[in-house]
Amino acid sequence: MDMGKLRWGELEDDAEDLDFLLPPRVVVGPDENGVKKVIEYRFDEAGNKVRVTTTTRVRKLTRARLSKRALERRSWPKFGDAAHEDAGARLTMVSTEEILLERPRAPGSILSLPFLLVAGDPLAAMGKAGAVLMVCRTCGKKGDHWTSKCPYKDLAPPTDSFIDKPPGAETVASQSGSGKGAYVPPSMRAGAERSGTEMRRRNDENSVRVTNLSEDTREPDLMELFRTFGPVTRVYVAVDQKTGVSRGFGFVNFVNREDAERAINKLNGYGYDNLILRVEWATPRPN
Amino acid sequence: MRPILMKGHERPLTFLKYNREGDLLFSCAKDHNPTVWFADNGERLGTYRGHNGAVWCCDVSRDSMRLITGSADQTVKLWNVQTGAQLYSFNFDSPARSVDFSVGDKLAVITTDPFMGLPSTIQVKRIARDPNEQSSESVLTIKGPQGRINRVTWGPLNKTIISAGEDAVVRVWDTETGQLLKESDKETGHQKTVTSLSKSADGSHFLTGSLDKSAKLWDARTLTLIKTYVTERPVNACAISPLLDHVVIGGGQEAVHVTTTDRRAGKFEAKFFHKILQEEIGGVKGHFGPINALAFNPDGRSFSSGGEDGYVRLHHFDPDYFNIKM
Repeated sequence: MDMGKLRWGELEDDAEDLDFLLPPRVVVGPDENGVKKVIEYRFDEAGNKVRVTTTTRVRKLTRARLSKRALERRSWPKFGDAAHEDAGARLTMVSTEEILLERPRAPGSILSLPFLLVAGDPLAAMGKAGAVLMVCRTCGKKGDHWTSKCPYKDLAPPTDSFIDKPPGAETVASQSGSGKGAYVPPSMRAGAERSGTEMRRRNDENSVRVTNLSEDTREPDLMELFRTFGPVTRVYVAVDQKTGVSRGFGFVNFVNREDAERAINKLNGYGYDNLILRVEWATPRPN
Repeated sequence: MRPILMKGHERPLTFLKYNREGDLLFSCAKDHNPTVWFADNGERLGTYRGHNGAVWCCDVSRDSMRLITGSADQTVKLWNVQTGAQLYSFNFDSPARSVDFSVGDKLAVITTDPFMGLPSTIQVKRIARDPNEQSSESVLTIKGPQGRINRVTWGPLNKTIISAGEDAVVRVWDTETGQLLKESDKETGHQKTVTSLSKSADGSHFLTGSLDKSAKLWDARTLTLIKTYVTERPVNACAISPLLDHVVIGGGQEAVHVTTTDRRAGKFEAKFFHKILQEEIGGVKGHFGPINALAFNPDGRSFSSGGEDGYVRLHHFDPDYFNIKM
């Protein structure tokens, strides 16, 4: 307790001599879990007595095969800067972060087996499993490649009709029967002569709004319904993006205004799926 | 795995070396004190004080009694591994870059840098059993290739000396006469500075890493190019696993660019490749700067890497590392 009364000046001079005042080093263990505690006492810079408890776990390595020489070296005294290394130096630390050998592929995939090779690639897997599904629309080959990867796509004749494909309308796409791998802007596509005026008219004039649709109605159903009146360029059913449920209205674009007019006359008030449809001209948005 | 981080050096690491039994790990850095660590738990055993410049390379004798270090202070020093006492100092006119003990530890080969108009040299010194009888005379001096010779090592049965360096050519020299025996082909060989060279456990082949972003495996006798491992970063260090058919390659963008880019973009991982298939097995991340040194423990169950960030990271492999199938 007299330690607290010491002044820093005295400590500077004879810090070495005070070491005998410290309690001796105590080593506890190792216990059955291999936990060893070393309790040491020393003075810190401010001259306070500090107890340093170092807890280490001693663990037997099953595979440790140390040679006699290596064991001998284990007990070599420290030298150089390591000889008077204080306990708080912490030169050696075990990483707090677990580092893994990061594989370029998932660890499960085995390269030497070709049928497992495709496991990581869902598209490739689909290609192998459902080979019949994979029909190239350009060259008509089955199970060999996708349309977009067709080696003959440059040689294929240009498609003569184009139907503006609404997103997700598979039936429309299949009905159109055309589809090319490389993107071609609409104005460059076949039948583009008429599209210059056509496109503009589509938006304001020949567009028909269909409301009071049932929730089950999808674009193919509308297509089926309106196709009878004349060529249709676009069918769209508004779908809530979050729930995926139809919002009960849609648009149908006709090539000809007369067809659209006939469709409105015929289908407005038509009972469809237990609901009475309302079909009218889509009012152009004021821009 | 949880690597052990050893922060004993204040400057970038330059070289790492295990002793034969794999219980000691020697590290060299651009600070002046080569350090020895226990290779199992990373505890520091001691430092070798006496150099006055960056230490570029070291080698330890087979009996783990002698350490030889080459430094930029234009000396190569012999040390007592156990006590850290300096046994002898060879003085040169230019910085020493690479050192290697011969099989049997009777000779040591040393390279010196081109400096103040002096060409680079490869010198062979006889290492006396008794340090008091050590002489500074060179048994053989080769003044040959232009540019720095970054790595030099002994070929099979000490009959040849293999050197590689700034001119990107790997050369094989006759130990007796100092004649140039073989040279790597300029077309198929490295295109840029060879930064590292590491022999296989049996010495039959060796791996060189180069700033041309590749590492190449060569036959030590015939100097035929066996394999090439292509990576996307300059290679500063490489090592061959003594246990599995793996090689590990480390590097990263040059230190001058490190501060300007993200850590992830720097590609500071140690990359494992299959030695035969040349396919990438995986990467071990962790360093904050390029990896300058790599070494496999002679038992093949751990490896250590030293980086520009001044850390040595000691990795003991997880059991599943040994079950990796390619």
